[in-house]
This record gives sequence, C-alpha cells and structure tokens, in this order.
Amino acid sequence: MQDTTQVSEFKGIMVYLEHSAGQLESVSLEILGKARELAERLATDVTGVILGYDIREFGEEAAQFGADRVLVADSPSLAQYTTEAFCNVLAEVVRDRKPEIFLLGATHDGRDLAGRLAVRLNTGLTAHAVQVDIEPETNLLVCGVPGFGGSIVARCKCPRSRPQMATVRPGIFPVPERRPQRKGAIETVQVNTGQVRTKVVERSVKAGVDIARAEIVVIAGRGAVTYFDSVRKFADSIGSAIGVTRPLADRELMPRDYQVGSTGIAVTPKLAIVLGASGAAHFVSGIRGAKTVISVNKDPDADINADADYFVVEDIGRLLPALLSKLEGK
Amino acid sequence: MRTIVCMKVVPKTEDVRFDQQTRTLDRSGAENEINQPDKSALEMALQLKEGHGGDVVLLSMGPSFFEPYLRLGIAMGADNAILLSDRAFAGADTYPTSYTIATAIRKIGNFDLVLCGEESSDASTGQVPPGIAEWLDIPQVTYLSQLNIEGSMARAKRTVKGGYEIVEAPLPLLASVELGCNSPRFPDFRRKRWAEKEFKITVWTAADMGVNPDKIGSKGSHTTVDELVELPRPSRRMQRITGSPEEEAVLIVQKIKEAFGS
Ligand SMILES: Cc1cc2nc3c(=O)[nH]c(=O)nc-3n(C[C@H](O)[C@H](O)[C@H](O)COP(=O)(O)OP(=O)(O)OC[C@H]3O[C@@H](n4cnc5c(N)ncnc54)[C@H](O)[C@@H]3O)c2cc1C
Ligand SMILES: Nc1ncnc2c1ncn2[C@@H]1O[C@H](COP(=O)(O)O)[C@@H](O)[C@H]1O
Repeated sequence: MQDTTQVSEFKGIMVYLEHSAGQLESVSLEILGKARELAERLATDVTGVILGYDIREFGEEAAQFGADRVLVADSPSLAQYTTEAFCNVLAEVVRDRKPEIFLLGATHDGRDLAGRLAVRLNTGLTAHAVQVDIEPETNLLVCGVPGFGGSIVARCKCPRSRPQMATVRPGIFPVPERRPQRKGAIETVQVNTGQVRTKVVERSVKAGVDIARAEIVVIAGRGAVTYFDSVRKFADSIGSAIGVTRPLADRELMPRDYQVGSTGIAVTPKLAIVLGASGAAHFVSGIRGAKTVISVNKDPDADINADADYFVVEDIGRLLPALLSKLEGK
Repeated sequence: MRTIVCMKVVPKTEDVRFDQQTRTLDRSGAENEINQPDKSALEMALQLKEGHGGDVVLLSMGPSFFEPYLRLGIAMGADNAILLSDRAFAGADTYPTSYTIATAIRKIGNFDLVLCGEESSDASTGQVPPGIAEWLDIPQVTYLSQLNIEGSMARAKRTVKGGYEIVEAPLPLLASVELGCNSPRFPDFRRKRWAEKEFKITVWTAADMGVNPDKIGSKGSHTTVDELVELPRPSRRMQRITGSPEEEAVLIVQKIKEAFGS
C-alpha cells in the first residue's frame, strides 16, 4: 500500500470533473472556482481530471473555468459511469500525481466514487462540505460538514494522510466566470479499468434539471399531494420552478432532483413558497438560502411557521383555487 | 441466501440540542431510533427472504444502548443480530467504521448481500457503504430503490442525477438503500415479546474479531473534528397573513411581487 503519510510529497489541488448529457456538471465548475481560490492561498496549481468517452472538448472548457491542467481519460470503457472502472482509473491518477487536496462533487456518482476511493487510497474523506477553506497556520484543508439535518456543522480536517479528500455539496459556491482566452495544459492519461463487475443495462436521465439556482420555487409537501395538479398550475402561472419534500420524491411524484433538503437540493431563490410541509429539520436546511419564504399550512402550530417570513394558516384546497383565479384575473 | 443488514441507531434529529457554551451536542434529551434508511434496508432484506429463503443478519457497531433497537429489528423478522461493541471502536470516522464492519462481515461469512442505508441521519456521510464494499472487494450499488435477485445475479434500480439507471451485478454485492423506497413493517407482536425477553444478541469486541488495533476507533480515523458550529438560523419575519382565502390570495400575490422588487 502506498504511504499516504509522506505529507510533503503531495502537492497541488485536484478536481474531479463530472459530466452528464454532454455537459460539465455545474458542481464541478463551482469546485473549480473554489479550487482556484485555495490554489492562490497555497501558491499551487489546479488540475482537473475527467473520465469518459469522447470528452476531449471538456478539457479546454475546464481550463477556461480555472484549471491549469486537465487530465483526460478517454475510452469507450468509460462511456458509462461504473464505480469500479472509475475508481480503478482515478486511484492510479492520484497515486501518480499525488495531489495534496482532491475535491469531488457530492452528487450520487461523486459520493459513490469518493467513498470507495478514499479507502483504496488509505486517506481521509469529508462528506458534502458546505464550507471549504485553508487553515492559515497549517495550510490544511478545513471543511464544514453539516449533520443532524443541516443545522450543525462540524469543521473537519485530515491532518496526517494525503490527499485530503472532500465531496462538495452542489449549489453552495458560485460558478466562476468562463474566460475563453484562458488556456490550460491538456494531458491524456492511460486507461486501465481493471475488473468491472457491475453493468449498467439501462439509463434514463433528463438533462438540465437544476432547481438550485431558480429565482422562485414553489415547494409541495405532503399536505399538497392531493392538489398537486393545481400546485403545478400555480407554479406555471408565476413562472416558478417546482420542488417537493422528501415523501413526494419517495412516492415518485417528482424525480429526486426536485427534492429540497439535506438529502436533496439546497435552493437559493429570491422567493420560496412552501405548501403543506411541516418544517422538519432535514427539509428546512434546504431553504436556508431563500431570501423570502412564504408558507401555507393548515396547522397553526406547524414548525414551518417559524421558518417563514409570511405564513398562512389555511387549507390548501381552499387557498389554491382563490390564488389561481386571482392570478388569472390579473 | 444470506443478507447482512448494517444498522445504526441515531438520535432523533429534532431532539438534538446544541449547547452554545460548550459547543457540543446535547443528546441527553434525545430519543433514539433505528436510522430510517436502515429500516428500509431491513424491509428490503425481509422481502427478499420471503421470496428466496435464507436468513437476515443485523450488524451494528455501537454502544450497548443499541441493543433494544436490534431487538426491534429481530421482532420485525431478522434472524440474528450482532453488535460490535468495544471502547476501542469509539471515535471512528468512516474509514475505521467501514473497516470494522467489513471485518465482522468476513467473520459472519457465507453472505450474498450486504444492505446499508443510503446515509445516516446524524453523520449523514453515505461513505460507510462504499467503504465496506472496498474492504470486502465486492461490487457496490448505492442509492438503490429496487432490487431483484435471480440466481447469482442482482438487478438494481439506482437513483442518479436527473433520473435512474438499472445496474446488474453478481453476488455477493453491497447495496445502499434509499429512505422511503418501501414502507418498513411493524414488529410482529408475538415475536416482539420473544425478541425482547429471550433472543440473545451476539456481542463481539475488538479482540473477538482480530482487528488491527491501529485501524479502529479514533486511532484509525484519518479525519479530525476541530469544532462544531451551529449555523445561525436565517432570521425570518414570521408574519401571519390572515383573512378569507380570497383575501389571503391577494396578500400572497402582493408578497410575490414584493419579493421581486416590483
Ligand atoms: C436521513 C434523512 C434525510 C431526510 N432528508 C430530507 C430531505 O432532503 N428533504 C425533505 O423534505 N425531507 C427529508 N427527510 C424527511 C423529513 O424528516 C420529513 O419527514 C419530511 O420533510 C416531511 O415532509 P412533509 O413536511 O411534506 O410532510 P409532513 O411532515 O407529513 O407534513 C405535512 C404538512 O402538511 C400540512 N397539511 C396537510 N394537509 C394540508 C392541507 N390540506 N392544507 C394545508 N396544509 C396541510 C400538515 O399540517 C403538515 O404540517 C429526511 C429524513 C431523514 C431521516
Ligand atoms: N456504526 C454503524 N453500524 C452499522 N452500520 C452502520 C454504522 N455506521 C454506518 N452504518 C451503515 O452505513 C450507512 C451509511 O452511514 P453513513 O456513511 O454514516 O452516512 C448507514 O445507513 C448504515 O447502514
């Protein structure tokens, strides 16, 4: 096993670049922006690493978003994400390049990969960080990791092994400006996928679902299930994105990508309108970033009231028709 | 078929208080529960057992107060329960946790499936399941919502960004199960009394398992927690809007306009 405790041998920041449906994930760009900031502080550079098939153009794009160097693993055997192939290839890249910090997006695939890779690499990993900093005295990576539904944040470090790994929660950091004139070194890496035991036999994904950056979000909770069609109409009529609480995603009323909360998306709109949600901690952490919150709940003592700027104690079945006719009438 | 279900006991999120003075968590007033996704994993294991036979083994690493919750899992229908309990296990991050659990799984042996929850509601890393799979050198499928077994092959529906994928994998396999993908059953009433009074939980210490003492507990952890901070709650106006539904609608539309500065 590689000695990951020879701390001084590890240099630079590596960013895992995820992509789907022909696009770099916005979380990967967010991390590139953050990595640039960290690199200035450490006087080091940023290396992006991307795996897939027919993905060479992403190298230049990543450079324009802040990578000094992009390692491209391009192979038909990497056309689909599989844990083992990606883990095997990345483990080799990390062993070879020895970055002191390695950041990945806390997406389903990013977390699937990072959890396995960290054990393989015999190093520490912090999960879905919402704060990513360098500690001035030690130059160590310090990450804020939310627990207990998101209200309490543990400041974590990985002092004695390298790389210091972290997954970063999507939607927390801004996407940096793209500078078309910015160039980076593009390098091809050897692909040896090794043993791959899982096989993806079907994949159904829609591109471009991203409620994290919507300006206005109408969020349906369990109390709004019976009125879900009207909720959609309401959202449409005010040009709003739609989100749901976890139980609605569990019932597949909407895909997981529309779920707001600690195991879903953290939204950051100017306005969130929450219909029929009780205000559980795991949910409320997802609307922390909303500038204004309006809530409708028939229970005068619902917890959500304390997390709303304006709350209405009303049955959604009575309020929604009135809202819709008011909006149509205007 | 043997399924091992990794189960953790967690304090109810709503009950945990943060002590501003000491900057520590106060769990003393908190009620505990089986981590909810782990209950979904157990339900999935029990349904598979109904279709394929075999046994379901509960495996948990934690202090002795976990025992009543393991008994609850037995009452739901699990056949056996093993608690990994030792002071030396304390303070473990996901690296030693997955190592310790994987070592126990090897010791149990003869397994086809290891089921975990997608994440724990307290630490909520979701890293322990892939870690276990790596230690055991078996394939993994995370964020799984459906699982079918045919012979020695598994077919799983896995949630990914923007949708889902169907993954096939040979057994033995590790899977982490999504919260809410099924409705966990209630404990069987008669089984519950037996589980509480007569069922014997197996307890393994570090010495029983022959783990490497440098790889367990806080000693085996690569990460350290510097401090805990409570994120300040965003200050909300908490203003109640009242009136008839029509009047409320008018006020809401007004607030929508205000939010966009027009
Ligand atoms: C590990 C873990 C992770 C989790 N992650 C998330 C997450 O990311 N996102 C999330 O949302 N949850 C999450 N949860 C679940 C969370 O704890 C709550 O169970 C969930 O948020 C509750 O959803 P809800 O408010 O829609 O439903 P409920 O709690 O059932 O609330 C429904 C509300 O609707 C009101 N109501 C009912 N009918 C009407 C009506 N006709 N008119 C007006 N009001 C009505 C009721 O008064 C009630 O307050 C997680 C839980 C765990 C354990
Ligand atoms: N101490 C533990 N004992 C048994 N299983 C655990 C333990 N910690 C984590 N797990 C399993 O790993 C899953 C994910 O936990 P975590 O990685 O902590 O979010 C849980 O849902 C459990 O199935």
